[in-house]
Amino acid sequence: MFMIFGYPVALLFGQLLLGLINGAFYALLSLGLAIIFGMLNIINFAHGALFMVGAFVAWMLQNYLGLDYWWALILSPLIVGAFAVVLEKTVICRLYRIDHLYGLLLTFGLALILEGLFRNEYGSSGLPYRIPQALSGGANLGFMFMPLYRGWVVLVAVVTCLAVWLVIEKTSIGAKLRAATENPGLVQAFGVNVPRMITLTYAAGVALAAFAGVLAAPIYSVNPNMGSNLIIVVFAVVVIGGMGSILGSIVTGFGLGVAEGLTKVFYPQASATVIFVVMVIVLLARPAGLFGKAA
Amino acid sequence: MFEVKGLEAWYGESHVLHGVDFQVGEGEVVTLLGRNGAGKTTTMKSIMGLVPRRRGSIIYKGRETVKMRPDEVAKSGIAICPEERGIFAGLNVTENLMLPPVIGPGGLDLPTIYALFPNLKERAASQGTKLSGGEQQMLAIGRILRTGAKFLLLDEPTEGLAPVIVQQIGRTIRELRTRGFTVLLVEQNFRFAATVADRHYVMEHGRVIDMIPNSEIEAKMDKLHEYLGV
Repeated sequence: MFMIFGYPVALLFGQLLLGLINGAFYALLSLGLAIIFGMLNIINFAHGALFMVGAFVAWMLQNYLGLDYWWALILSPLIVGAFAVVLEKTVICRLYRIDHLYGLLLTFGLALILEGLFRNEYGSSGLPYRIPQALSGGANLGFMFMPLYRGWVVLVAVVTCLAVWLVIEKTSIGAKLRAATENPGLVQAFGVNVPRMITLTYAAGVALAAFAGVLAAPIYSVNPNMGSNLIIVVFAVVVIGGMGSILGSIVTGFGLGVAEGLTKVFYPQASATVIFVVMVIVLLARPAGLFGKAA
Repeated sequence: MFEVKGLEAWYGESHVLHGVDFQVGEGEVVTLLGRNGAGKTTTMKSIMGLVPRRRGSIIYKGRETVKMRPDEVAKSGIAICPEERGIFAGLNVTENLMLPPVIGPGGLDLPTIYALFPNLKERAASQGTKLSGGEQQMLAIGRILRTGAKFLLLDEPTEGLAPVIVQQIGRTIRELRTRGFTVLLVEQNFRFAATVADRHYVMEHGRVIDMIPNSEIEAKMDKLHEYLGV
């Protein structure tokens, strides 16, 4: 067996892949948080719960309507995104003129309500969700065995992140979004319906979370706590990358997933805390985060 | 064509406009003159709906706009070039220029805008806020010419700029006039205002206190000095 630094290559690459998988979810979730924070100035504490709802909607579509994974990948973000439109129009829109603390309380409360509802209905032991036929099995890459579905998740997450980044940085819609993040009043005075843009931005960020939830469903079991387990780390990712930075959340998400994976190889005891250690170091050196603009 | 009647505006508790009245005819260039704090910029912002609270009547082309949201005012054909210029740091020059959506026919096309402001073409890929003050001002004016809005609110476009740029902006405003735009201009510099405008309204303490046609400006110079405290 090949060895690198005295460690078996298969172990190294296995953890690297696991790190990339986790990184994929960190990136997708922190990307949504960054978009929402940039436009609404609200830290969406309900993000993890909405990720969980995305996974549950996939499970429901399969078990109640017989719609498979591929349908869920399209429908779940749309359904959860539509729910986000309702949320924004009814409760979140009341937060913009008041203290940030209320945004935190409201979205945290929403997360508790959503998780409670699903725990009440489905219990907390978790429901199985099958890997779609086309993506089951794996490939032997020579140096390691690669489960197809895991490769697919990393690929889809990278493509999605790049697509979102391109839309925001290179299109006219993205330019409006960036401008409205800086000066919403003036953008509205140019004839852009900014309130509608805010609603759609929230929905898009939440739809990304739901999309990640569908991707996660076959890997983790679908359970009401799957979001809250993940979201703590995702907030650390957001802080390290820089609040509201699009590129920062993508790079930091994948980077920290890999760092976490490699720590499992070299010093497993630290794998659960390495991200928070990085966070402390980054905050000491660059309080605005790696990609954040200093206020 | 455009008429403001009894316009009042507030920032929080402070009552800034106390009943502003004036009119602008189609194709006219009209200025609001006055000392700092007289309410000129607030009048501009109130027209666009960018103040927290306003009351009174603002009629543009027969429609009451005082209850409209800023984007609806914009779609009725009014565009603003704000005092602080409002160039977006996160956008390059082209993106800044293309940002305001087209709201109707009759806007200038890009080649015409670049002909008016050749500097903008050379700096198309630069970050908006990396431009010089004069270039930023040209960008702020240029981007509202594309949209088809025919009534332009220019808030102190010459503030802090070198004389040669002030002259270029003066030429641009006269050019816009011949192209059928209507302009409401806020100015501190009434010598500049006299070179471009048809009429001048003088504001003080949140009201319009006098109107001077440009033809009488020489005769009323003493009075103007008194109003503006210069």
